[in-house]
Amino acid sequence: MFKRIALTTVAATALATAPAWATDVKLGVLNDQSGVYADLSGQGSVLAARMAVQDFDAAGKGINVEIISADHQNKPDIASNIARQWYDRDGVDVILDVPTSSTALAVADVTAEFGKIFINSGAATSDLTRANCQPTTIHWTYDTAALANGTGKAVTESGGDTWFFLTADYAFGHALERDTTAVVEANGGKVLGSVKHPFPGSDFSSFLLQAQGSGAKVIGLANAGADTVNSIKQAAEFGIVQAGQKLAGLLLFINNVHSLGAETAQGLQMTTAFYWDMNDGTREFSKRFQAEAGAPPSMVQAGVYAGTLHYLKAVEAVGSNDPAAIVAKMKEMETDDPLFGKGYIRKDGRVIHDMYLMEVKSPAESTGEWDLLKQIATISGEDAFLPMEDGGCAFALAK
Amino acid sequence: MFELLGIPPQVLMGQLLIGLINGSFYAVLSLGLAVIFGLLNIINFAHGAQYMMGAFGAWMLLNYTGIGYWPALILSPIVVGAIGIALERTMISRLYKLDHLYGLLLTFGLALIIQGLFRNYYGVSGLPYAIPPALQGGQNLGFMFLPNYRGWVIIASVVVCFGTWFMIEKTRLGSYLRAATENPELVGAFGINVPRMITLTYGFGVGLAAFAGVLAAPIYSVNPNMGADLIIVVFAVVVIGGMGSIMGAILTGFGLGIIEGLTRVFYPEGSAVVIFVIMAIVLMIKPEGLFGNNA
Amino acid sequence: MSTSENTKVALPAMTHTVGMPRHQKIIFIVLLAVLLALPFVVYPVFAMKVLCFALFACAFNLLLGFGGLLSFGHAAYFGMASYVCAHAAKVWGLTPELAILAGTATSAVLGLVIGSLAIRRQGIYFAMVTLAFAQMVYFFALQAKFTGGEDGIQSVPRNDLLGIFPMNDDMTFYFFVLAITYGGILFIYRITHSPFGQVLKSIRENEPRAVSLGYRVNRYKLMVFVLSATFAGLAGATKSQVFHLASLTDVHWTMSGEVVLMTLLGGMGTVLGPIVGAAIVVTMQNYLASLGAWVTVIQGCIFVIGVLLFREGIIGVLSRILKKPL
Repeated sequence: MFKRIALTTVAATALATAPAWATDVKLGVLNDQSGVYADLSGQGSVLAARMAVQDFDAAGKGINVEIISADHQNKPDIASNIARQWYDRDGVDVILDVPTSSTALAVADVTAEFGKIFINSGAATSDLTRANCQPTTIHWTYDTAALANGTGKAVTESGGDTWFFLTADYAFGHALERDTTAVVEANGGKVLGSVKHPFPGSDFSSFLLQAQGSGAKVIGLANAGADTVNSIKQAAEFGIVQAGQKLAGLLLFINNVHSLGAETAQGLQMTTAFYWDMNDGTREFSKRFQAEAGAPPSMVQAGVYAGTLHYLKAVEAVGSNDPAAIVAKMKEMETDDPLFGKGYIRKDGRVIHDMYLMEVKSPAESTGEWDLLKQIATISGEDAFLPMEDGGCAFALAK
Repeated sequence: MFELLGIPPQVLMGQLLIGLINGSFYAVLSLGLAVIFGLLNIINFAHGAQYMMGAFGAWMLLNYTGIGYWPALILSPIVVGAIGIALERTMISRLYKLDHLYGLLLTFGLALIIQGLFRNYYGVSGLPYAIPPALQGGQNLGFMFLPNYRGWVIIASVVVCFGTWFMIEKTRLGSYLRAATENPELVGAFGINVPRMITLTYGFGVGLAAFAGVLAAPIYSVNPNMGADLIIVVFAVVVIGGMGSIMGAILTGFGLGIIEGLTRVFYPEGSAVVIFVIMAIVLMIKPEGLFGNNA
Repeated sequence: MSTSENTKVALPAMTHTVGMPRHQKIIFIVLLAVLLALPFVVYPVFAMKVLCFALFACAFNLLLGFGGLLSFGHAAYFGMASYVCAHAAKVWGLTPELAILAGTATSAVLGLVIGSLAIRRQGIYFAMVTLAFAQMVYFFALQAKFTGGEDGIQSVPRNDLLGIFPMNDDMTFYFFVLAITYGGILFIYRITHSPFGQVLKSIRENEPRAVSLGYRVNRYKLMVFVLSATFAGLAGATKSQVFHLASLTDVHWTMSGEVVLMTLLGGMGTVLGPIVGAAIVVTMQNYLASLGAWVTVIQGCIFVIGVLLFREGIIGVLSRILKKPL
């Protein structure tokens, strides 16, 4: 287990050729390292941040980077405590990742209080750049609105015009249902009903039968992680898909698809910000990542990589670690990296990049353990994310 | 047929059946807990972790040795039961003379260790385990589609539950066991090795948990956290049934599965709490539990 | 099948003096000195967290160690108070002392309602009733609008103390929290060493005898239950001001388990035990956070080793060695 991955040794050897000035920055990767989101963030996100530092050649550019990490156990009080301590005492300049909506909102507030920088990759709630936006927050990878605009829109347009939701009974589930309902209705579809299941749940057969009884064409799964995996497995078991209804997993990660297996998951559509097998850039990175982590990067881990890279570029451009100047620079510069391609950061902190509608391959199409998805459509960033004007972010809209 | 509170009878029938399936898991798990409590006076908080180990046992047998579902149904409970016996011999047996509280805390600690270790080695995303080929597919019952595997779960758990009940209440071995808990010295004087019997009983109770775990492996994902929250629900089932009552645990297990199933139709958000509401009511009115005979 | 009633929880012997013995006076003075210096050595927010949990564990110890009642649902009072306090500070704009008071009062009422039902049962059934009600409180916290569900109540402001003194500086706030928790701990000590505490002790040791002596046992049990819930609430309410948030963590049943761990680890029925236990558990969670899942394993090992080897807890063992109640 590594608490501190000091890159100072690398920096020291390179300093001989580096410019005379040196900037010290300290990155804190704060995420779930033992709970339900440990596989899609966890130590993999720490690795991603470390790879970004190496790929950027921070040492060669006179930026001395130290990375620390901690487990927030998905509890907002622990997350806010660690964040405070990092900023206040340990001299952390930027906090990365932070999956789950409740912990992310807590860290966003603490970051604003200390005037540092928060680059979120793991959390889903679109409130990070809407009602709860902060000038110091940058939300990289995805949000509930983008998921709804991807899967919700595509499924409705392809004929799935009546929906029934299986919703995890907490803020994230409600937000996902709300955002997807809006998209479905905007595209001429109709929501016939929804059932809220306790979170976390283990048996979904009862709720699935209610969904079946509704007669809706599409069953939308507004839940995450193990809940989604179990819902899909049990839907297959009860022959719900064979009976003619379609499942729409609104938030699925590559790790979830892997644990379902191609046999069960085939044909499922999902929206993602990143898939390892999209182009040479993603493949090259993923190959290096997998060699160390054992699995290809999830979109959350990819977001940590891209966020770190963009942050370091801004540090180089500013030439100091002044947070306000760096955030301004990050929003001013176009984002460009091998994983997400070109994009930009909106004033409210929302990173605008393309999202992808994917379909899970059948076992016959799949050629390897992780060869699981094929791309169906690209959704441009402007279409995927909610327009800033509708978001209600006070400081971004103020003139 | 009539409509009940706006729910068509077909839907209701389907929900009752699903409740019964979930009740099967509660019954097997609470049975194990009741056997251990009734005969050892230990509240086995590691039961959820042992259930998880049963599911992992099946997964490991398949992935490391190629042994399939049917042998795993026997082998995994034996292996997990043996681990349970080792724990009983080395640690739990030291606590029989003390308050319940210590047994509960020790097994709670054991559960934390077991779950933590599995999380470190297998992550938390869950591992897939396929339904055995012989039980794939399902039957159309008219009011619902019943997967064959779920039907098997009901049959297997009913057989195991009533087999256990028969063994403890109706056989000579069972009478020794019951006698040993009433008066260990006297039974020992008859030449019966009481400590060994108690150890084997713990192993058997743990084996029941592992059996439930193997049954669960194909329908829920095999996950280190799968037993963590289940334990207090099962615990509540045992309390409602009457602590130590074998038949109470079985009937309450099935019954609460059905009640929980109905809650999922009428008030889905409340399905996680309904068992605790019932527990509070039962404890207020009949503290010895529905089937208990001494408080 | 018998559920044996004669197995009693092992408790260190207590002296039955009502006044404070000299060595305990020294302990309280040393404790105060340590706590006054603490924020200059460790991070103040962390120090405040230790204080809140120390008070929580002391409140729990009042019920278990002195009342002999094992509650498995103390998270309900801790968590509910923290929600009400956070709501009062954020939505109603109350000052810290009033917000904390509101939270504490809520827990007192909750303790009265649940306690009056729970004390009718004994032993493991008592524990189960408290667990059942705590689960219902958790469900309420999850469903009610004002608690914010999974997100909790975030960015809770610390308003000016008494409407005058700004409290945003953690160092300043630490001393306010210290006053509350140290006062609470002293008050609990006072209760346990009063005539009321002596009656409690006699009920714990032998309930039928206390009944035959003419004590209305249930009234005493209810009082200690309400007091314990109230102080648990005080700790929870203060915690929500410290962290600027209230969340589901504080009402979840694992929190009820954690406070049992703290109390046992330190030594139940002792004065200092819960404080030491709380300090160790909180420190562990804080400094081992980077170890991920190993924290759970280490916590489990502490449980197992504690139960097998140090049932009296750290302070219990020390107290036996020194032959003085600590």
